[in-house]
Amino acid sequence: MDLLLSGFQAALTPENLLFATLGVLLGTAVGVLPGIGPAMTLALLLPVALTMGPDSAIIMFAGIYYGGMYGGSTTSILLNTPGESSSVVTAIEGNKMAKSGRAAQALATAAIGSFVAGTIGTVLLWVLVPTVADVVVKLGAPSYFAIMLLALFAVSAVLGSSKLRGFIALFLGLAIGLVGTTTGQARLTFDQPLLADGIDIVVVAVAIFAIGEALWVAAHLRRKPLDVIPVGQPWMSKTDWGRSWKPWLRGTAFGFPFGALPAGGAEVPTVLSYITEKKLSKHPEEFGKGAIEGVAGPEAANNASAAGTLLPLLTLGLPTTATAAIILVAITSFGIQPGPLLLENEPDLVWALLASLIVANTLLLVINLPMAPLWAKILQIPRPYLYAGILFFASLGAYTVNFQAFDVALLLVFGVLGLAMRRFGVPVLPLIVGVILGPKIEEQLTQALALSQGDVSTLWGEPVAVVVYAVMALLLVAMGVRGIRRPDAATEDTTENTEELVNR
Amino acid sequence: MSTTTEPHPASGHEPGSRPVVDKAQYGLAAFLVLTGGYVLYDAVGLEDGFADQPVQPYALPYVVGAVLLLLGVLLAVATARGDQPEAEEGEDIDLTQGTDVRTVGLLAAVLIANILLIDWLGWAITGALLFAGCAGVLGSRSHIRDLAVGTALSVGSWYFFYVVLAIPIPAGILDGVL
Repeated sequence: MDLLLSGFQAALTPENLLFATLGVLLGTAVGVLPGIGPAMTLALLLPVALTMGPDSAIIMFAGIYYGGMYGGSTTSILLNTPGESSSVVTAIEGNKMAKSGRAAQALATAAIGSFVAGTIGTVLLWVLVPTVADVVVKLGAPSYFAIMLLALFAVSAVLGSSKLRGFIALFLGLAIGLVGTTTGQARLTFDQPLLADGIDIVVVAVAIFAIGEALWVAAHLRRKPLDVIPVGQPWMSKTDWGRSWKPWLRGTAFGFPFGALPAGGAEVPTVLSYITEKKLSKHPEEFGKGAIEGVAGPEAANNASAAGTLLPLLTLGLPTTATAAIILVAITSFGIQPGPLLLENEPDLVWALLASLIVANTLLLVINLPMAPLWAKILQIPRPYLYAGILFFASLGAYTVNFQAFDVALLLVFGVLGLAMRRFGVPVLPLIVGVILGPKIEEQLTQALALSQGDVSTLWGEPVAVVVYAVMALLLVAMGVRGIRRPDAATEDTTENTEELVNR
Repeated sequence: MSTTTEPHPASGHEPGSRPVVDKAQYGLAAFLVLTGGYVLYDAVGLEDGFADQPVQPYALPYVVGAVLLLLGVLLAVATARGDQPEAEEGEDIDLTQGTDVRTVGLLAAVLIANILLIDWLGWAITGALLFAGCAGVLGSRSHIRDLAVGTALSVGSWYFFYVVLAIPIPAGILDGVL
């Protein structure tokens, strides 16, 4: 409790409050921009944030994170083209509502639902982070090694629709993570002294998320303008409130646990929430034509899962979404060691972040509801300027890491890789997670084997490690069984689910 | 990037029809095999670690290289059997048209020019050219305005880093002017 209060003290200083406001505004503005989701927003702003103190940067990131999520739902409601997989479901009913003249109500239920879910999720984090951290701190290197393996496996195999492509992304990421001289010998450095310290993860993240995306859009730029539905002040009638509050709570209940799981993500809970609301609704006939429950539930689930992803991130150092991966990059770049000891070593930072989530969430509601018409205008920005701007800021970001033209060259190389990945449907998240966790896995393995003096059996010598390996084995078996039952899964999958339309 | 076989997302190919092979995907498979091969080749050149290194420096590279090779082969097999990638969609993406190779190539050229010139001319100049160049390639027709916006952005960002963040970005030939 004391720690939480001092966290609020840190978050509520005028300076940090300013950073939180700035973060919320920037996050929403950039999140509303078509083509830019929260992960790319964070990646683009990462180099700037790294020049501030860790406290201010993390607080601003919290604002950007929630702001970006909110901005994303605005786009999917007003444009019917979700920027990322987590808001696909919101677009189904949200855009129908907007088309039938209820854009204001759709935006309102999304914003208030996000606020409710975000608040509940953050309070759950206050309770769970210290509890889980206490347990996790006792784990040894073998258990930690096993959990990281599970995270890599889950991110590659469980999320996304093509397991082969998931693993391709993961191992490309691991290969990038090998570059450098951490083991005392130069690995994959091409005798290039500039590569001796490894490839800066900031450069990789900016390249894959920003350059890759901009090039991909450039290759397929929509030449005709999109129809943006004009919107006034968001508001809801009494019946709308009555129909929204239960979906908000149920969506939160779906979202948070899935977000907290190593392979959860936001897609499954948003789809589950949508199905549930459709079943429980008193107006099932409205579904498909713009039912408010179909916006309220998934949008709450989306935000609750965003809060949930912070649990494994802060306690284990495991990122489960692209956005969480970028936050982890930021934490690491400050020289702060993420992982089980984070809360013990940096309690002030963690609690400042946890407190600022509530601050950001409240600011979001207060600032953004009145500003919705203005945000809708941002959607009209000329596309050449939008994508030229992305390339401009990405280049600036990569250049400011070390002020070397070499980093900008790396940016282009990985940007082309990012373009190819989007062309071939290879998901981005496993690659980033591979780059981050690859070196850490090697480190934990080394530590475990050093303690046991090279005895390999130490790896399954801890009960937690055994359980984790059992879970992995179960997942493998389940995958195998499904593969046998549906040998032609590749063709079926493509038509099956809306959630698979957007591949991260 | 090939323009001959455009993937059609979310439709797949008709059951019963001859599988459409996405030939460009062989390129990705070849890239994986090459990368995996190079990782292995690099690992062979590594020496035994120190006595306190229970995990040899070449251990992980061997695993990563071998798996990359394997994945490349698997992808080639899957491609030959008619596996189609689901290209990523987005708000501004129109997948019904072919890949616009020219735009991507020109954008890459602009980015390369920035890389080559940045040390000499400095960010304040190359940034402006970068923005104007990209906007022009992407279809903006008012080149003077592009340059004006680009200059405002690059000089503005230079001063933002210098004044607000207290980080001087190397000024290049404008050293002393900015």
